[in-house]
Amino acid sequence: MDLVTPGFGLVFWTTLSFLIIIFLLGKFAWSPILKAIKEREDTIQLAIESAEKAKEEMRKLKDSNDALLQAAREERDKLMKEARDTKDQIISEAKTKAKEEAEKIVTASREEIRNEKAKAIIELKDKVAEISFEIAEKVLSEKLSSSDKQSDTVKRALSEIRFN
Amino acid sequence: MLEFRGFKSKIQRIFFVLIVQLFVVSAGFASDHNDSTSVSEGFNAGEMIMHHVLDANEIHIFDGLSFPLPILLYTANGFDVFSYGQFLDAHHHPTLDYTSPSTGNTYRSNHGHLVQLNESGEEIAHSGWGVNDHSFVDFSITKNVVGIFIVLIVMFLVFLSSAKAYSKGIGRTSAPKGVQSFLEPMILFIRDEVARPSIGKKYERFMPFLLSIFFFIWIGNILGLIPFIGGLNITGNIAVTLVLATLTFIVTIFSGNKGFWMHIVQPPGVPAWLLPIMWPIEIIGVISKPIVLTLRLFANITAGHIIILSFTGLIFIFYNSSGAGVAYGVSVGSVLFSVFMLSLELLVAFLQAYVFTLLSAIYFGQAVEDHH
Repeated sequence: MDLVTPGFGLVFWTTLSFLIIIFLLGKFAWSPILKAIKEREDTIQLAIESAEKAKEEMRKLKDSNDALLQAAREERDKLMKEARDTKDQIISEAKTKAKEEAEKIVTASREEIRNEKAKAIIELKDKVAEISFEIAEKVLSEKLSSSDKQSDTVKRALSEIRFN
Repeated sequence: MLEFRGFKSKIQRIFFVLIVQLFVVSAGFASDHNDSTSVSEGFNAGEMIMHHVLDANEIHIFDGLSFPLPILLYTANGFDVFSYGQFLDAHHHPTLDYTSPSTGNTYRSNHGHLVQLNESGEEIAHSGWGVNDHSFVDFSITKNVVGIFIVLIVMFLVFLSSAKAYSKGIGRTSAPKGVQSFLEPMILFIRDEVARPSIGKKYERFMPFLLSIFFFIWIGNILGLIPFIGGLNITGNIAVTLVLATLTFIVTIFSGNKGFWMHIVQPPGVPAWLLPIMWPIEIIGVISKPIVLTLRLFANITAGHIIILSFTGLIFIFYNSSGAGVAYGVSVGSVLFSVFMLSLELLVAFLQAYVFTLLSAIYFGQAVEDHH
C-alpha cells in the first residue's frame, strides 16, 4: 500500500522544487536559450535568403553583361561595315573623279593641240605665201629665160627655204 | 528520434558503462542485504525490493555507510526537527524511540513508518495529510527529496551555464559547444517534434513547462538508474508523478479556451437529451488524463526497478536454497538479464520523459485549439 500512497512531504517538496525550476529556469534559462536558438535560426535563414538573392543578382548581372557585350559586338560589326562601305565609296568616288580629271586634261590637251595646229597651219600658210612671193620675185628677176631655168630657180628657191 | 553521431561507438560505450555499473550495482545490493537481513535470517526478496523502491529517511549507500536525513514534522504540538540518526542504535538499526524536547512528543520508526507514541508506548498518531490528534504532517527531507534537490541542482548548473553561454553569443552567432551541443538537440526535439506539432502556433508559452517537465523526469529517471547513490527512485514514486501530472492538469485547465470548455459542456453532434449522460463522461475524460499520466510514469519506472532488483534477488534466493555454487551459476544469467534490463531502462528513462511531455503537450494543444 505504501507504494501507491502519496506522502504529503514528498508532494510538498516536489511541488516546491518543480515550481522553482519552472520559474527560475523559465526566466534565466529557457527563454534566453530558446531566444538564442531562434535568433540563430533566423540569422541562418536570413543568410540563406541573402545568398540566394546575391546569386540571383549575380545571374541578372551576368545576363545584363552578356546583353551589353552582345550589343557592343553588334555595334562594332555595324561600325566596321559602315567604315568598309565608306572606304569603298571614297575609293570609287576618287576613281571616278580621277577619270573625269584625266579626261578633262586629255580634252584640254587635244583642244590645245588643235589650236596650236591651226595656228601652225595659219603660220605655214603665211610662210608659204611669203615664200611664194619670194620665189615669184626671184623668178621674175631671172627674167624667166627658159623654162628649165625657171624650174631650176624654183628648185633652188625651194631648197633655200628653211621651215624653221 | 535523436541523431547520434558515431552510433556504433556510442552504443559500445554505453554497454561498457552499463556492464561496469551492473557489477557495482550487484556488489551494492549484495552488501546491502547482507546487512539488513543477514543470511542466517533468510533472504526476503520482496522486503529487499520494497526497501529500495520505497522512500526512506536515510540514504543507504552500503552496509556501514548510510546518511541519516533530517526529519521535519508538523504536529498538533508544533514543529519537530531532528535527525533520523536519533532512532539508530549501535548497530545502525532504527530501534530507538526519540522524544522531542520542544514538543514532548515521542516518535518511533516502525518499519520505516514514523509513528507518534503515548507515554505507555502505544501508537497514537502517524503521518497523514492533516494535523490532528491522530495525524501529523511529515515534511521530512527523505531520500527522494534529496534526489529531487539533486535533479534541481543538476538542472540549474547545466541550463544556467548553457544559457549564459548562449547570452554570450556562443550558439547564437556561432555553433554551440560543450554541454550546449548535447542539450540543444533535446531542446529542439521538444520544440519541433513535441510542442509545435501537438500545440500549434501557440506552443511558445508552454515551452518552459514542457522543457522543465521533460528534463526533470529524464534526469530523475537516470538518477534512479545510477547505483551507489542510495537507490533513488524519484520518478517511481507516486507522489512525484502525481504532482507532475497535477501541474499538467492545472496548466491545461487554466489555458483552456472557450472552445475547450464548450466541447465539454456541449459536445458537437450530441442531441440535447444525451447531454446529462455526456457530462459525467466528459468530466471523467478530463480527470482521467492526469491519473493516467501519474500511473504510467510511476508504474513504468517502479516496474523497471523491481525487475532489475528481482534479477539480483534471484542470486541470493538460490544462495539460501541451494548453496554458493548454484548461486554463482544463477548470477551469470542474472547479470546478463540485468544488463539487458538496464539498457532497456536507459531507453525507458528517455521514453517515459518523452511520453509524459508529449501527452502534456497534446492536452495543452486540445485546451488552446481553435474550434471553428
